Parts: sequence; structure tokens; C-alpha cells
Amino acid sequence: MCLGIPGRITEITVEGALRMGTVDFGGVRKRVCLDFVPEAQIGSYVLIHVGFAISVLDEDDAAARLAAFREIEESAERLQGSA
Amino acid sequence: MKFIDEYRDPVRVQAMLRELESAATRPWVIMEICGGQTHSFLQHGLDAMLPQRIELVHGPGCPVCVTPLEQIDKAIAIARQPNVTFASYGDMLRVPGSRDDLFSARASGGDVRVVYSPLEAVEIAEKNQDREVVFFAIGFETTAPPNAAAVEQASRRRLNNFSVLVSHVCVPPAMEAILGSASCRVQAFLAAGHVCAVMGYHQYVPIAMRHHVPIVVTGFEPVDLLRGLLCAVRQLETSTARAENAYTRMVTLEGNRAAQAAIDRVFVPVDRKWRGIGLIPLSGLGLRPEFAAFDAERRFHLADVVAEESPICIAGEILQGKKKPPECSAFGTVCNPQHPLGAPMVSAEGACAAYHRYHPEAATHA
Repeated sequence: MCLGIPGRITEITVEGALRMGTVDFGGVRKRVCLDFVPEAQIGSYVLIHVGFAISVLDEDDAAARLAAFREIEESAERLQGSA
Repeated sequence: MKFIDEYRDPVRVQAMLRELESAATRPWVIMEICGGQTHSFLQHGLDAMLPQRIELVHGPGCPVCVTPLEQIDKAIAIARQPNVTFASYGDMLRVPGSRDDLFSARASGGDVRVVYSPLEAVEIAEKNQDREVVFFAIGFETTAPPNAAAVEQASRRRLNNFSVLVSHVCVPPAMEAILGSASCRVQAFLAAGHVCAVMGYHQYVPIAMRHHVPIVVTGFEPVDLLRGLLCAVRQLETSTARAENAYTRMVTLEGNRAAQAAIDRVFVPVDRKWRGIGLIPLSGLGLRPEFAAFDAERRFHLADVVAEESPICIAGEILQGKKKPPECSAFGTVCNPQHPLGAPMVSAEGACAAYHRYHPEAATHA
């Protein structure tokens, strides 16, 4: 129920009082509501839940964490190599 | 897909598992609150790969499972009325009420429709102004802002034929209820990442402190789940107990202010009964008085219904992490996804459905 999928905003429109947009999920596009992410721009990755963006993905944080994961992987490889 | 595949990488998962293995020197019991995480653990086979010292128990974070039987019965009663279109998230249709489910209401002529977004229900109301359109507004804090937006949208468009049957629930009071139980075995929590995307995790800071329990905001992909467990284990091993964020790309301490504001404009905290668990004070959200015109319970004058659960279903103990599905005598025999006795066997996030799908062999040991 609380599942959410990250997608990239490709279009932003205003429909009545709602900020709407199109989000691309790896080739599949969907119309979503962007009312809760006023800071999101075209190109931003947002988390979509029941047709609404509820969070803007922090890409800098994601890159930093992936670098930290790679360090864990490398230290695991070294441990394996020395075993 | 970007921001998903990186977190399912098998080499990365193995490295995280080794890290977890060396971090856990003692046995620990950790509860993942969210049913989506329960499914992810089982779907990716992580539960079988975890260090034996870590025991996962599954929490009540499945809105379909905890929506009280009485609300399901009310939904079915509304959906059976001739001039009504009843719109719901798909998961709710097969949840057993005391006699039947929303699917049977549809089979006997009720206009029951599955919507992906609550705004679709508003659109149905706008296009069918001669019909009463009722939306089943269930879910945790993740779903409350979209459902609030639908009510506000209907209000702006002056739709007199739209209403919501509300059964919203909130995570922190449930967590407190679990911690307050004498038989609680939980030593740390993985907090539900998408609830926290909306609410932030400041609410968990005092709970972690008061109950001396680590609470780690955790995402849904395998690497995210292992990162959450690793943070929880490191806290437990060092006798630390604080609210920690292991889903930093999606969650901030303060959460999504615009979404929180939408909840506050439309809803107010209310006491709520949780299916299988019972009444938890101020654990739900109800419509504010200014939106009472959109309250389906008022509109349809539904009397309080008294509903009874199946006597052999142990959903309550499952939802509180006291028992696991294979410990139920009905699991996989008289209770299965085609003929569920309790909601956890129905939902895409129910623990019983997850075990039935990913560990079907468990039924033979029951």
C-alpha cells in the first residue's frame, strides 16, 4: 500500500488548482500530481505513491551512499582475497 | 530502472550481508513495521540469507490488514446501494468482511471500481453527477495526503455527489502500543520509509528515547533493507537507542511539509480500532468538521455494525509480531489467498500472503 516508485519528471502542467505532470518510470509514462513537491523541476526524480509525488529524491545523497557501498564491497573483496 | 537497480545489485547485497554477519555478535529481534518491507524481505529471499542471530518479526504496517471489519462491512453496505459508485484501491476488494467482500458486492450488481489514484474517484464523481461516488480512504500517513487532496479537490469543484469512507491509521501510536505490550519481544524497529518520506522521523526521536529502542528509517530495496538492519544492529550492539535515517535519499528529519499541511487541513487525529489489535487512542485520522459534508458515514446514515472475526484466525498476533504465519493452524489449509479467513492473507502486504507466496512449504509444517 505504501509502495512508491521513483520516476523522472518530463513535463509539468497546471490543471485547475493542481500542479500536475508526467513522470517517466524507465520508459513507462504516467500522469501524476506534483502538488506536494513545489521544488521539483523537469528532470527531478520523485517518489510516486497513488498518483502523487510525495518526495524529491536527493541525487547527491544517493551518489554519496553508493560510493560508501562500493567501499564496503571492496573491503569485503579484500577480506575474501586474504581468506 | 535508475534508483532501483543499484539497490538490487547481488554483489552489493552479498557485501552488505557479510557486513551484517560481522556486526551481529548476539541474537537480536527486529521488527519491520511496514508490510511492503515484509514482502520485499521474502520476495528477494533475504530472510533466508540473514545471519541466524537476527530474527525478523513482522509488524502491523499493512493498512488493508488493519482496516477494521466494521469499516469493511460499511463499505460493502454502501457499495450495494443502487445509486452508488464505490471506488477503492484494488487491495481492498477481496478483504473479507463478516459475511462477504467488495467483490461479491460487485458480483451482485454493485458498481465497485478500482482506482489507482484518489483523484480518479473525484473525476468519476465529476463525470457522473447523477450518482453518489464514494471513495474508500484507507492507508497510513503515506496515503493520507493524496486522499486529503482528493477531498479538497472535490470541495473546490463543489461536488455534492462525492464522499469518503475514512479509515486512516498512523504508525507512531501503533509502535507505542506494541512497545507497551507485556509480551513485546521487539528490540529495534525498521521504520516505514515512505511514511517517513511524508512525516519525517522527528516523531520517532522521543519514542526511541522513552522506550530505549533503536528506530531506523528504512527503504524497500534489498540494499536499503540491509542498510537499515545494519544500522539497527550497530545501535543494539553498542546499547544505543536513537531514531536514525538509513533512507537518506528519500527522507529528511522534517519530512514533506506540503504533504503534512494537506493532512492537517483535511484530517484530525481520532481514536481508531485496528483489525486484530483493537482500539488505539488517537491512532487514526478522521475528517475535520469543515469537511463533514464529505463524510460517507454521515451521508449514508450507517448505524454502528457489530462484526465478528473468524474464531481460528490469529491475525491479531501476527500483526503485533507475536506469532508468524506458519504457527497458525489454518495457514495454507482452510486459509489461503483464494479463501482468506483474515486480511493478512489477502493483501499484497499481508505477512500471511507473503509467507504463502514465498514459503509455501511452511504450510506443510503447520
